[in-house]
Amino acid sequence: MSLTPEDVRHAAALAHIALEPDELEALARDLAGILDHIGRIAELDLTDVPPTSHALDLVNVLGDDVPREPWPREQLLELAPARTADGFLVPPIGA
Amino acid sequence: MAAFDVERASAEGIARLLDARELTCEEVAQAYLERIEALNGDLNVYLHVDPERVLARARALDSEGRAGIAGVPIAYKDLLCIRGVPTTAGSRVLEGYRPPYTATAVRRCEAEGLVELGKTNMDEFAMGSSTENSAYGPTRNPWDRERVPGGSSGGSAAAVAASMAPLSLGTDTGGSIRQPAALCGVVGLKPTYGNVSRYGAIAFASSLDQIGPFARTVRDCALALRVIAGADTCDSTCVGPPEPIELPDREDLRGIKVGAISLDGIEGVSPGVRESYEAALATVRSLGGELVEAKLEFSLTPHALAAYYLIAPAEASANLARYDGVRYGLRVDGDDIFAMYDATRERGFGREVKRRCLIGAYALSAGYYDAYYGQAQRVRTLIRRDFDTAFASCDLLLTPTAPTVAFTLGELVDDPLAMYACDLFTLPVNLSGLPALSLPCGLSDGLPVGLHLAGPAFSENRLLAAAHALEGAFAFDPRPPALTGAA
Repeated sequence: MSLTPEDVRHAAALAHIALEPDELEALARDLAGILDHIGRIAELDLTDVPPTSHALDLVNVLGDDVPREPWPREQLLELAPARTADGFLVPPIGA
Repeated sequence: MAAFDVERASAEGIARLLDARELTCEEVAQAYLERIEALNGDLNVYLHVDPERVLARARALDSEGRAGIAGVPIAYKDLLCIRGVPTTAGSRVLEGYRPPYTATAVRRCEAEGLVELGKTNMDEFAMGSSTENSAYGPTRNPWDRERVPGGSSGGSAAAVAASMAPLSLGTDTGGSIRQPAALCGVVGLKPTYGNVSRYGAIAFASSLDQIGPFARTVRDCALALRVIAGADTCDSTCVGPPEPIELPDREDLRGIKVGAISLDGIEGVSPGVRESYEAALATVRSLGGELVEAKLEFSLTPHALAAYYLIAPAEASANLARYDGVRYGLRVDGDDIFAMYDATRERGFGREVKRRCLIGAYALSAGYYDAYYGQAQRVRTLIRRDFDTAFASCDLLLTPTAPTVAFTLGELVDDPLAMYACDLFTLPVNLSGLPALSLPCGLSDGLPVGLHLAGPAFSENRLLAAAHALEGAFAFDPRPPALTGAA
């Protein structure tokens, strides 16, 4: 499977990264080289091998269900690039 | 002030001098701040140091009283969140970000009285093996300023190598503690997955990331691990060590079965690294270790590297979705919210982070998931089986840490595949969750070579004991000659 510029545009759209034409071209070249190499993994016959999503057989550690003070809203809103009195301010969804 | 030589200091030694009241915490902090002041302009090890805060903390310890390792300074990789302290993860997208909370590992260090010196440089979001992917300029290797310190925790490794901190913390996703430790001639440990809480460590690949220490000595490394290891309900994958971390004092390897991996057929390992590795194996024998030939059928093949470079970007592409210009960090305006996301991430991320987000998004996308991500997870199973088989007949496994000594700045920066190959020996243990340590074992062309010791899950005490015995025999001098007498 080799990577086309269209594939890169699609991946960039999924990753929400705008790319200028020259950057897209450079990344397409980089990614094609990388995928030519790592993509060979697809040729292995591993139908009998189960997948591993997590290396160790650990069981989730759960905390006690104790109510506590929520994070101070003001402290979190102060970090936002744009805000209203009590919320995050964002551009319209669909201009 | 008593004679205090930062170039020869260890954390343990500093604690002894503080116990004996030959030094105050303030004097120790001052000595490191002076060293940082003298060297940081050239080496670019620290991204953030607040001398007033450092001295205030040290003075408070002097007046309140201290015990144990309280008063020993420590540096933190700049992806460990500390409340109110700038934390960038080496990225423009987090420029100016001051987290509202503190990472558990840092909190544990603070509780023991370790004095925070500052935040160290790193490859952006821990993606890289040279620290050249930092948005804030590369860190230089203290052994040779024209060379890289390794990465991604290059600043934390260089800080300890240059005596700009006696201890530091980094994170390791595919070798990001051990490879820079090797290239800078210091000890670096990647703990078993689940030993140290990841809460407050900015996430790269959550099934692989683990926080661990850098130090000048194996015992210092054990001291730091003892502080940071422990269960934490803020990280549901963190169970802590099953037994307390011991301070190693072993001086031989009698009764230990050491599995040596043959380098035959492995491409890209430099002659100098091969030579140091062979010499290290001879040292194992001279210390009474039983050297056995061990095999990893699959873990050191290009397919293992491929599995890592699919799984890590896939997880990263999801983890980095949060940098969207809404709640914190950089925002670049756009006509609608999607244009704002796209423009923010275009400007905020560097080239390597974009590569990884795109590979990750592609490998997870409809039509390709099974061929890439699914297949990589199956390879992960084969790597786990490799280690299970190997550890059935030996107690620990040896390889070199990195295929070469430190390379020159710019040498690999435009060749991502060559950069990825730096992680050949280190990434299999991340894929299988195991602990591993890099120990300086000698010099090649005047640059440090690291020996890599890997063990079964939660065998940190065994690794540290063996490393302590080897350290005594190697008698490696961690002081970079280029810096002798600086400050």
